[in-house]
Amino acid sequence: MTTSTLAGVAVERDAEGFLADPSLWSEAMATEIAREEGVELTPRHWEVVRFMRHAYETTGAGPNVRLLAKTSGVSVRELYALFPRGPAKTAAKIAGIPKPHGCI
Amino acid sequence: MRRILILGTGTGGTPVANRLRRALAPDDASIVCVDRDDDHLYQPGLLYVPFGRRTLPSLTRSRRAQLHHGVDFVLGEVDAVDLEGRAVRLADGTSLDYDYLVVAAGASLAPDETEGLTGPGWMERVFTFYSAEGAAALADAFAAFNGGRLVVAVLDTLIKCPVAPLEFTFLAEDALRRRGVRDHVEITYVTPLDGAFTQPIASARLGGLLAERGVELVSSFPTASVDGAAGRIESYDGRRVAFDLAVVVPAHDGPGFVTRSPGLGDALGFIPVDESTLQLPGHPEVFALGDATGLSTSKAGSVAHFESEVVVENLVATFDGRPPLARFDGHTNCFLELGHGEALLIDFNRDVEPLPGHYPGPVGLPLLAPSRLDHLGKLAFESLYWHALLPGHSIPGVASPMPTRGKRLSMLRHPAYAGGPT
Ligand SMILES: Cc1cc2nc3c(=O)[nH]c(=O)nc-3n(C[C@H](O)[C@H](O)[C@H](O)COP(=O)(O)OP(=O)(O)OC[C@H]3O[C@@H](n4cnc5c(N)ncnc54)[C@H](O)[C@@H]3O)c2cc1C
Repeated sequence: MTTSTLAGVAVERDAEGFLADPSLWSEAMATEIAREEGVELTPRHWEVVRFMRHAYETTGAGPNVRLLAKTSGVSVRELYALFPRGPAKTAAKIAGIPKPHGCI
Repeated sequence: MRRILILGTGTGGTPVANRLRRALAPDDASIVCVDRDDDHLYQPGLLYVPFGRRTLPSLTRSRRAQLHHGVDFVLGEVDAVDLEGRAVRLADGTSLDYDYLVVAAGASLAPDETEGLTGPGWMERVFTFYSAEGAAALADAFAAFNGGRLVVAVLDTLIKCPVAPLEFTFLAEDALRRRGVRDHVEITYVTPLDGAFTQPIASARLGGLLAERGVELVSSFPTASVDGAAGRIESYDGRRVAFDLAVVVPAHDGPGFVTRSPGLGDALGFIPVDESTLQLPGHPEVFALGDATGLSTSKAGSVAHFESEVVVENLVATFDGRPPLARFDGHTNCFLELGHGEALLIDFNRDVEPLPGHYPGPVGLPLLAPSRLDHLGKLAFESLYWHALLPGHSIPGVASPMPTRGKRLSMLRHPAYAGGPT
């Protein structure tokens, strides 16, 4: 765990950069985390990030990439185009939620 | 008289039924197992079928015959579960009521999830040994393969027995070498993981073994499509790997009926039971174990076995009106065949990654190191499966909680590994 400042707030993050406390997340933080990941958030990215956030809040876990595609309606191919370094993992990190199961 | 219904009579469902039968009086509980067929296949044996070392009939026994006296067996295809009505509908229209439900229906292969996989070349130059038909068809193709590019490709991260494709690769390398054609074959191992395996210490050791055997490792490769006609697989980021013979592990889904059963599982069919008690949240009368759960634990027979002990303890407690106190720790134990008469044993749980040492204690089988003893252990396991695991007998030293005695836990504090995956 390391402490860093995101959007003016001091937060704990694990070795891979996931927020330790998802409740501290804000949309301003999302933009900063996305930039670290080399992603400039378009409205389509935001749809996926908000979907991840919502899935986490309702089921307690973020979906892996196939489940994300099946439930969000965004195809796996498009998800990889949006988040080339691994869609579920990157979108989860940007959404401030824990790494989904079955992700690398 | 209350009824316990068990869906799926494989590695997990069978010991649950047998242990429950011993724990509960016949006058108190009826136990009913359902499966779509009566052919219990020892799945780890599929690994040897492509090399002609085993045949399907020798790996298959009657499911019914593995169940104790007093357990009923219903042959039928489960269509859906009605959680509110506590009933299971079969495809032929039969309805089975339950007081307690155990879902042990495994995972199903989803080859259609990968573009092109079941198109031209499927079962001709593109195979999987994860199904009985696939393993048998691959045996013919492998026997005739004496030169060219062999690609072993793992198509998703969520697969059962994640070590099996590595084992296949090591055994194929060994078989080709013995046949005298190793020099004419290029072998490539393709995986979406960032190394040979998920966890850092094991990944480094297994990656080293692949390199020693002259196998090229292509990692971080999320496969988008397989083109059997052109002999090529392609990743989502546009990288390509060419093959003459491809052996793939397709994506997996949960049991199909789960997606037709409101509230039972997620859109892929996996059941999100509590990782410790194995109960479905909101439904203390419903349990799941084995490959059908949505847990982060590996999908392996050893996991289904360790979970069966927890399910039985918690179901009996719930049955008797006591709180479910048994906890599953994510314990996983796998023998990994390396060819050359050796194997390697790994043992881990949710908190402790695979480490070197010995299992189940300081005097035991070597962990994470090639050994002849582990190879013999793997072969001996088949007999234990039929004669101890399925009947639900305890094997000394092999129990649900992961043992730490005998493990080099100090490696977890080594600076090279501290802080987890790098
Ligand atoms: C090639 C290969 C090698 C493996 N090697 C190893 C190994 O070395 N070590 C190890 O620990 N594990 C290994 N495994 C994994 C292991 O076999 C599985 O993890 C284990 O069998 C899971 O048990 P289960 O009870 O969850 O599912 P299964 O044993 O698959 O049982 C599920 C049952 O449910 C039934 N079913 C499903 N849907 C329905 C329905 N709708 N209606 C009626 N019945 C239904 C099926 O017919 C099946 O009998 C290997 C698997 C493969 C494929």
